[in-house]
Order: sequence, then structure tokens, then C-alpha cells
Amino acid sequence: MAIAPSEIKVTPEIAAEHGLTSDEYARVRKILGRDPNITELGIFSVMWSEHCSYKSSKVHLKRLPTRGKLVVQGPGENAGVVDIGDGLVAAFKIESHNHPSYVEPFQGATTGVGGILRDIFTMGARPIAVLDSLRFGEIVASQTTSEEEAAKNRRILDGVIRGVANYGNCFGVPTVGGEVCFEPCYSQNPLVNVLALGIAGKEEIFLAKAKGIGNPVIYVGAKTGRDGIHGASLLASAEFTEESQQKRPNVQVGDPFMEKLLLEACIEAMHTGAVVAIQDMGAAGLTCSTMEMASRGGTGIEIDLEKVPQRESGMTPYEIMLSESQERMLLIAEKGRERQVLDVFKKWGLDAVVVGTVTDGGIAKVLHHGEVAAEIPAHPLAEEGPIYQRPISQPPLRRETASDWFVFKAGTTNFTEGFKKLLASPAIASKRWITEQYDTMVRTNTLAGPGAGDAAVIRIKDPRTGEVKRALALSTDGNGRWCQLNPRLGAMHAVAEAARNVAASGARPIAATNCLNFGSPEKPEVMWQFSEAIDGLTVACEELGTPITGGNVSFYNETLGKSIYPTPVIGMLGIIDDASQALKLGFREKGDLIVLLDGSGSTATASPANLAQEFSSSEYSKTIAQIVAGEPPQIDLAAEKRLQQMLLALANEGLVQSAHDISDGGIAVALAECCFASAALSTSVSLEGSEPPAEHALFNERGARAVVSVKSSLLARVLESARQYGVTAQQIGQVTRDKGFRIQYKGSAAIDSPLDSLREAWAYSLERALHAR
Amino acid sequence: MKFGVVVFPGSNCDHDAFYAIGNVLHKPVEFIWHQSEDLGDSDAVILPGGFAYGDYLRTGAIARFSPVMKSVEKFANGGGMVLGICNGFQILLEAGLLPGAMMRNAGLRYICRHVHMRVEQTDTPFTNAAKKGQILRIPIAHNDGNYSVEEATLDELERNRQIIFRYTTPEGSDDASGNPNGSMNNIAGICNRERNVAGLMPHPERAVESALNSADGLVIFQSMIEALVGAAKAPA
Repeated sequence: MAIAPSEIKVTPEIAAEHGLTSDEYARVRKILGRDPNITELGIFSVMWSEHCSYKSSKVHLKRLPTRGKLVVQGPGENAGVVDIGDGLVAAFKIESHNHPSYVEPFQGATTGVGGILRDIFTMGARPIAVLDSLRFGEIVASQTTSEEEAAKNRRILDGVIRGVANYGNCFGVPTVGGEVCFEPCYSQNPLVNVLALGIAGKEEIFLAKAKGIGNPVIYVGAKTGRDGIHGASLLASAEFTEESQQKRPNVQVGDPFMEKLLLEACIEAMHTGAVVAIQDMGAAGLTCSTMEMASRGGTGIEIDLEKVPQRESGMTPYEIMLSESQERMLLIAEKGRERQVLDVFKKWGLDAVVVGTVTDGGIAKVLHHGEVAAEIPAHPLAEEGPIYQRPISQPPLRRETASDWFVFKAGTTNFTEGFKKLLASPAIASKRWITEQYDTMVRTNTLAGPGAGDAAVIRIKDPRTGEVKRALALSTDGNGRWCQLNPRLGAMHAVAEAARNVAASGARPIAATNCLNFGSPEKPEVMWQFSEAIDGLTVACEELGTPITGGNVSFYNETLGKSIYPTPVIGMLGIIDDASQALKLGFREKGDLIVLLDGSGSTATASPANLAQEFSSSEYSKTIAQIVAGEPPQIDLAAEKRLQQMLLALANEGLVQSAHDISDGGIAVALAECCFASAALSTSVSLEGSEPPAEHALFNERGARAVVSVKSSLLARVLESARQYGVTAQQIGQVTRDKGFRIQYKGSAAIDSPLDSLREAWAYSLERALHAR
Repeated sequence: MKFGVVVFPGSNCDHDAFYAIGNVLHKPVEFIWHQSEDLGDSDAVILPGGFAYGDYLRTGAIARFSPVMKSVEKFANGGGMVLGICNGFQILLEAGLLPGAMMRNAGLRYICRHVHMRVEQTDTPFTNAAKKGQILRIPIAHNDGNYSVEEATLDELERNRQIIFRYTTPEGSDDASGNPNGSMNNIAGICNRERNVAGLMPHPERAVESALNSADGLVIFQSMIEALVGAAKAPA
């Protein structure tokens, strides 16, 4: 899209080119009382884009539970903030950078990390951890995926990983966890969701509200260039077509070194006490930060674009206001103290310029070469944008029969070959090749990094004394496939799984952030999926006591009319009061007993037909039989809660050696993972008590379950704890030093293999798949 | 005694080195800003890991021109104890305080994981508290850790026993599988001829507590502390 010079007269056609409907354009004219000029049109088009205004999602998002005893700041600011005790707060949020990562994987992913880090430290919190939740198309050719497509997905994955690593490593924040998932639907719509967490003293949190008439507005950080213009309104608010390559100039370019300097300078400036408000320049750059700060503060703002540091010559007001050049912040200082603030940025070698003032009257005025380039009432622009009640329509119910579903094998069978195939599938296989490209240890707070436990665990050093007491646990989880089959149920599972992962690390889940990745909101079936997912998130978050403190909605994840699975992703935060009690998933000692915990305690058997319907939603069904159908398992939130509470008690009382929840691939995969994370330990278990058929017993993905390993001397206490919490506990086997890995079922070996060959399949398959030509 | 940790724009392991010395070993430590004209009253100086100047041009290439490096060079030439960790090692190489250069890792990717390295020499202030042949499990985190130097200098380093740490397998063997980045002769760390300046790619400050998976890095800091105590006691 050509960048228009400021003499262009705005017409409805030009407004449409900017992504504004005729109704929206009429609304613009009503707010201004006249036609907008081209700069004003650009400003409205980004502020009212789906990405910035949430116009299609707002009516649904307000159903989410956002309040809680520990919530200091809910949705509406740059990040959510929760009280974590001892006068400290945690600021955390997850955000997407999906479309740019398809167009330019490295820069798309790297600037995604940069953006969310800024959202955290603009609140005054130093970032201490990052997690990345990534979804790609299949990377190995199959019936559903050509070699050409698989190769493209491998290239995208490689670019994204290097992009994430590039930013976090140089900036100096550890990337401690996340997930990598693969489904054909993400082939042309990869999902890159990044979560960042920061810590601050309770009194040190900064909000982005312009205040104090006459206070100076100061621009700090990188110079403004032409990169990323319309990244928000064109990339993030529209689907891909054949011409998508042309959107390359819309992808922003990141510089983590610059952002590290910006971080240190901002934190130092905030400590001077001279900073009144601060906001990062992310999507829609200078436009968003000026308009939102003024709107939130109920003030006006006046800026002179000539003062804005520019790295390209001849930039028009339109370009300067819409540029998405990275690593820039806008702050409001106390009048008379600007020198103090400017000196801090000078020390760190960063541009810092007074570009305007906070005014009375609620008008945002942009000057350029002595002329008024734009003049807009800030509050109506930021808060009175369009709100849509998009039509919702449930798609026709899938009429499935047994012939669509997984067929269980009759009789006793050995499932070792299928199990190996499952372990080697990219979804389940070790992600070590990926995570070793991240600095997972910088800042020396990582107690459990990728693969060590069910959640990442980061200890908290008291900012004044360095003393360590508490730790925080974080997990990102989502299941697009389950949400496609049943959006409400899938969304409930996302919350439950994230909370379960946090609890299995010994932490109490306290709050969550969400990233909602969906197709086009203009499609009634997609809006139905969205609304259902919101309902599922709401029920689960309320029941589990984990309010949503903020997050992000990413619509238009579709290409050529085909949309992704509805994919809500949850980032769950938990607290461990005593950092030394954090739990990991690897087995520790030969002779330890393995206990299967089940919060549901129900022995009700489902009919075989229902079992097949349920099992058809599993990873095993997809990988071994290429069947994706049926329904996700039912969910029992009360059972999930019981299990979580018991896991917490086990951690607090030091009763278990290890804990691992059961999810993708069922108990068989969970047990294998406990062995792989150990020092050459294996296991021999029997699943006699489990409901048939065998595949169901081995690989079902019902929730509210975990396996723990226990010193034999403590078994009685663990069983007592289970009784206390209403959780079923069954000793199923023990930790061995044998060469073999064995799972018995109905009197025979359902899985029997040298552990080494299972480990071979699991440990190197991702690496092999990615180097394949 | 006092340790000084230099902070360049882009250093990001400065806090970790500070924490290891100040909070774990309870010794006095302070930050030295890169524009400082002097080193304060530091008795030992650490150049920490990170991405000084964003690794622009070449890692360490710009940092070597920082004002503080004049004082560091003077301090080193006068026999002062200087330890460069990771990016700090790269800066010492660029500044010519240690010989050689760092190339891109052989695998062409950033690697962060625990490795094993063997203490080759114990007559340095960085290893005097260790045993010769002791295997230490310490994390690396770098893109450019592939140490390289001309053959003649390499022979000299070996002859003068300036190679103080070498990568090994967990069992302590010199098999190539123990070398994470292709470094010449499995070199993980070296010292200068006078043995008062050293650099290593692994991060000992990340291995000072068992909670963090290894406390094997303690012995390096303990050696420095003992050397400073000894120097304080020695007659002038």
C-alpha cells in the first residue's frame, strides 16, 4: 500500500482502503464534525483496527472474570498486575505476533518478544522470564501435508525460534518455557504467542495515564523510521491472500540491544520520581501511545513532530504517527524535572526529547512544520470506537458414526511400536533442540527450565536484600484441536491444564492471561467458536479461582478463506511460598514408588462407543490412525481442583520426589517423560485398575490426573493425603534401574521396550525432522 | 577485599556475577560503569557476560574501546586480577589482554546448556582452590565460543600451561563429543603468561548454588578470594 502524501483529499474510497467501513467512516466524521485529513484518517484506521480496538471481541471479553483478592491491575493497562506478597507485585501478559511471523518469521517473532517485554517494563517491572507458545503446520510430509509445505513450515519454525532466541538472549531475560504444537491448519497461519513476566515493588508500578496540565511529553529510545507502518491495521487485522508477500514492509525490525538500554534507562528514570506516566510505542506507535495516555488520563496532548527523532528524511506526519519502529517509549514527566529524566537517557546513550505537553480540553493535537497535521478528541478516538455484535451461528453438528472414529484393537496386543511412533512425533518429541537455543538461565533465577517440570519455576530475589523466599511458576497451554471439536470444552481444558501444570510444580495458581487466536470475526461460525471459548474460559477461571488479568485477541488467522482451529492459549501464574519446595518431573531414586492420582475418583465406565468417540480426539488417534474426530474428554472442574489442592499439599509437606501431570499421549507418555528426565532410571508399572480397552488405558487424555514418585517410607502419608483431598491414589509400580521400560495391562506387556530405544525415538526426532531435506 | 564488576551497555550477566560474589560468597562487590576513569578500590575485576554494544561489528570489538578499559589494562599490566566471563572473555581477546579470537560455534547456533570442563592448572589465582584434573559442571550460553588462534601461539599456550580449562565429556575424557562449540584443542578458558588475567566461556556465576543445578563454579571465585587474602598477607 502506497504511503499517501498529506495533500491527498480523503474520500470514502481511501477510507475503505484503510480498512474502515462506511459506517466507521461516518462515525469518524461525526466525532470530528468534518472530514478527516489523510493523517487523521490514518490515525483512526489504526486505532479502530481490530488489533488495537478489539471491536469484535469487546462484547464477549467482558464476560471473563477479571477481579480477585490478589489482582492489583486487571485488563486495560499494558499488563496485568498481581500481588505476590512481601510488598512485591508481578506484572505479566501474553501477546501474539502471528501474521508478521508468517511474512517474516525471524523479525516477526523477535519483535513479538520485544513488544511484550516493553509492555512489562513500561509498568515499572523488570522482566525476569519469557515463555513462548508456538504453533506451526506439520514439519514432516504426510497424507495431509506435501513435502513442499512441510519444508516451508520447517523454515518458518527455524526463523521463529531464532527470532525468539535473538531477542531474549541479547536483552538478558531467560526464556524458561512454553510449548510447540503442530497442526495442518497452522501451515499458513503460524501462531507466535509470547508471555513475559516482571517483578516490581508494589509502590513502584507505573500506569499509562497522562496527568498534569503543562507536563512535558518526552519521546525516548530508537529513532522513528518507515518500518512497520500499518502493521496493526493491515497485517494483524486482515487475512492472508496470494499477495501476502507484499506485506513484508509492514513487518517491524527489532533491536534487543537498544531495548536493553531502554529498559535500564526507563527503570532508572522511574526511580528518580520525576516520571508521571509512561507507555511503550507498540502497535500503531506514536498514535496509540499519545491517544491512549491522554484518553486514560482525561487530558489532551499536543506534540510537535519536528521534534521526533527520525532516521529517514522527508517523513510525512502520516508516516511518523503510524510508524511501528521498535524500542521507543513515550513518557510524561513532572514539569520542571525534565532535565533529570533526559540526563538518565543520555547516560545510556539513548535519544530523549521533549516533543510536547499535556493539555487541558481532551484534544490531541499534532503539529508539523508549524501546521496542524491532526486534531482529534482523544477520548472518543480511544474509547468510542466501533463495537460490534458480530453475528454468531453454530456450524451444523458433525454427524459422526463409529466409522469416523478410532477403532480399538481387539485382544491383548503389544503397543510398543505405536508408542515409539508417538514419542517420535514432533508434537510429543523432545524440544531440546529448540530450547537449547534460548538462554534459559540468565539472571540466575531459573529453578526449573524447559522440560524440567510441568511449569517453569523462577525464584524471586528480594530487590533490596537479594534474599530468596518465594518462587513463581508459569505455564502456557492450549489445545486447538480440542477447541475445533468443542470450543467450550477445549477452552475449559486449556485453563485446567495450565492450572494443573502449575500445581504439579508445587505452586498455587493465582491468575491467568489469555491469548485468543481465531479466524475471521466476520464469519458467524468463527464468532460462535469465540463466544463458546469465552464461556469455557469464564466457567473454568471462576471455578479454579484464577481471574484473567489481561491478554490479547488475534483475529483473522486465516488464509484463502481457511481458518485455523480456534486456539485460546492460557498463561497461568502460580506462587510457591517456599522456593525450595518446587517440584520437577524426573524420577529420582531407584525403588521409589509410582502413584497414580486421579481427582475424579469416578469409576463410572463409559460405553465403548463413547470411548471411541472420546479417544478419537487424542494425540494417539491423530498420530497412529490419522483420525481427528469425536469429542474431547469430559471435564470435571471440581476434580481438577481437588487434585491441584492435593499436589500443593504434597509439595508443602515434602512428601513426593517428583510430580508430572498426565496430558498429551496419556499416562504412557507421562511415565516415559519421567524416565527421560531422570538420570538413567526406568520404570515397571501395571495399569490393571484402568478401564479397557488397552489404548484407552495407556493413552487417554482425561484430565485431573498426575503421577508422583514417592519414597516407600512416605507412601502411607501420601495415601492419607489423597483420602483427605478426595483424590483416588493407586500405586502402580516403581522406579527401577532396569534397561527395560515396561507397562503391563490385563496380564500382558502392553509396552515393553529397552528404555534406550524409546529415548532414541524421543530425543532426536525433532532435530532429524528439521535437518531433513 | 573488593570485587569490581564492569558494566558495559548491553552487559546482562553483571547482576549474576554481583549476586554470586555478594550474596552467595558474602564478599564486598560493586559495579563499575564503563565510562569510569578508574576502578574504584577494586582488588579484582570481572568483565561479565552479555552482549556489550549488542555484539555490533564483532563481539567485544566496541567494548574494548570503552573508557574503563584503559584502567583495566593498566590494572592488568600492574599484576591486578582480571577475569573475563563469556562476553568478558571476548572483550579481553579484542583488547589484546589475552591471545586468540572467538569464532561462531561450529553448529552455527546459540547453545545454552551445562557442559563439563577440566581444571588443567592450579597455579593461577582462578584455580588455586581446585584440584588438578577436577571436572566442573558449568553452563555455557553463547553464539561465538569457538576459540581459535594461530598454531604458533597455540603451541606457546600449551607450552606455558596457559590453558586452564578444557571441555570434556561428563566422564572427563577428551572425546570431541564433550566440546560444545568446536573450540581448538577443546579450550574453554585460558590465562595470560603472567597468570593474572584469565578468560573462560562457561559461566561460573550460574553455578554457585545447588538449587541452580550445580555449585561447581564456586571453586573459581573461592580461588580468587584466597589469592586476594594471600596477597593481603604477603609482605609488601
